[in-house]
Amino acid sequence: MSQEILEMIKKEIDSNTIVLFTKGTADMPMCGFSARAIAVFKELGRPFKTVDILPDPRIRQILTSVSNWPTVPQVFVGGKFIGGSDIIVEMYQKGELKPLVEQAFNAKQAAPAR
Amino acid sequence: MGPDDLKQRIERGIPGATARVEGADAHFGAVVIAQAFEGKTRIEQHQMIYALFRDEMTSQEIHALSLKTCTPAEWERDKANGPGQAPHF
Repeated sequence: MSQEILEMIKKEIDSNTIVLFTKGTADMPMCGFSARAIAVFKELGRPFKTVDILPDPRIRQILTSVSNWPTVPQVFVGGKFIGGSDIIVEMYQKGELKPLVEQAFNAKQAAPAR
Repeated sequence: MGPDDLKQRIERGIPGATARVEGADAHFGAVVIAQAFEGKTRIEQHQMIYALFRDEMTSQEIHALSLKTCTPAEWERDKANGPGQAPHF
């Protein structure tokens, strides 16, 4: 049911400091753009979750309506949508991504359980 | 749909925008410079462009549209910082 998928998406966004919705998995990305975003986060060295959107086409449909973003990957840090692969790579190259990620982890430490 | 079609749609859809588009076979990359991006986040800037291609992206006629957006002022500043800093794919 699509309501369940929406709940799953929200839960992943809320419960993971970094979550990437990708085609394929972190170990086996199925698309160059997803692979690029995953590579950036591997480089940053903080734990991150990937959610494969390929097993069920409704995941992408519902995700797109949540984020108002038509393409995959989609990256959420600290519960907030921060962009697709172009923005992630650009932020990484400009040195903006690491501080954002560290800030999200620090905020999580400051307020552990919810 | 070819790169020229995308360029036209972007430049008509965002007044004052200059676009450079490359690509084929449903995979495109665009650099877009527009004053209209001033004060907007990168996400909002990209959403403005994606909105122009909503139908094509839903139907997968456009499978990938890689974007690089900036304002004219950012473009000039990046150019001044040397060729390595200029927006590129």
